Amino acid sequence: MKLKVISAICLLLGVLFFSCQSDDEITFRRYYTTGNVVYQNRCQNCHGTDGQGLSALMPPLTDSVFLKANKASLSCFIKYGLKEKLLIVNKKPFDGDMPAMDLAPIEIAEVLTYVTNSFGNKMGIVTAQQVSDDLVKCK
Amino acid sequence: MKKLIGAIAIILSCSACKFNAAPTALPIYGNRTPVTKTVDGKTETDTIYQTIPAFKTVNQYGDSITNKSLDNNIYVADFFFTTCPSICPVMHRNMLTVYDAFKNEKDVKIISYSIDPKHDSVNILKKYADKLGIAGNTWWLLQGKKEEIYKLSESYLVRRPEEDAKQMFIHDGYFLLIDKQKRIRGTYDGTVPDQVNHLIADIKTLKAEPDQISGK
Repeated sequence: MKLKVISAICLLLGVLFFSCQSDDEITFRRYYTTGNVVYQNRCQNCHGTDGQGLSALMPPLTDSVFLKANKASLSCFIKYGLKEKLLIVNKKPFDGDMPAMDLAPIEIAEVLTYVTNSFGNKMGIVTAQQVSDDLVKCK
Repeated sequence: MKKLIGAIAIILSCSACKFNAAPTALPIYGNRTPVTKTVDGKTETDTIYQTIPAFKTVNQYGDSITNKSLDNNIYVADFFFTTCPSICPVMHRNMLTVYDAFKNEKDVKIISYSIDPKHDSVNILKKYADKLGIAGNTWWLLQGKKEEIYKLSESYLVRRPEEDAKQMFIHDGYFLLIDKQKRIRGTYDGTVPDQVNHLIADIKTLKAEPDQISGK
């Protein structure tokens, strides 16, 4: 009887522990999956199905070092676009314009979660709160 | 009896190979008009196929390019503009595979008509070509008179480009395969990689047709 009670409590604790942990995981999966759809609709034509870019016209999204270094600016790039700005991606210069994308902070968070965790990148979740904070500081 | 079966088997397997090797010809698209003439007292009926009419443009090197510049060439045509944020990057990512497949063949060309000639000057087109990574005279980016290019798009059986309220250009992403007689021999959705592979295969088939080899 004692053994049964102890094992039942252990099981309950175990379930609680794993369900708590997978909450974050579930949020991440949700962001990532929706982000994939946003990517297909708004980014993929230029940046490619595998984030490979297009020659020297469109920068690839595979440069993890660039993405980490510019983490706080990525939301601004998406929301307001880029004009006459030189970026060095994968050690190559890109100076083309990027059109502004009229997306809500949550959508930007989702697409950034997708991009920064695909194509060989692994930077974890980007939250809508982070995006809102970053957008305030856009130059 | 055994020998007979063996002989039949050999004949069948040989003929099977022959059937497989038979080349196919591509269809001819567009309007066609029958023309009846009298030659040496006999009436003969001939078919006139739709062809690409004359045009005058300038390429990314500033060279004048007309329909005559494409004489004796099989070519692939599309319509684009350099600042296009929607389908053009996909089209030209796919067109690069066509370019890579045929860049060393003298009688295959690619031409991309700009539908925004006001912005896409020779300089801009040259920069675009450099960034795309194309060189030489296989792939020409063409600037012409806007009205003429838009009218020309109808001869290529594609949607006539339009401008919407935001001054963006609406057009479709078709690649057109044109033969040495300037007839349309294939249309492919340039945004779909599978269709572009089909185009590459069709160019090879077309090149092997007798009247493409003779050019008449």
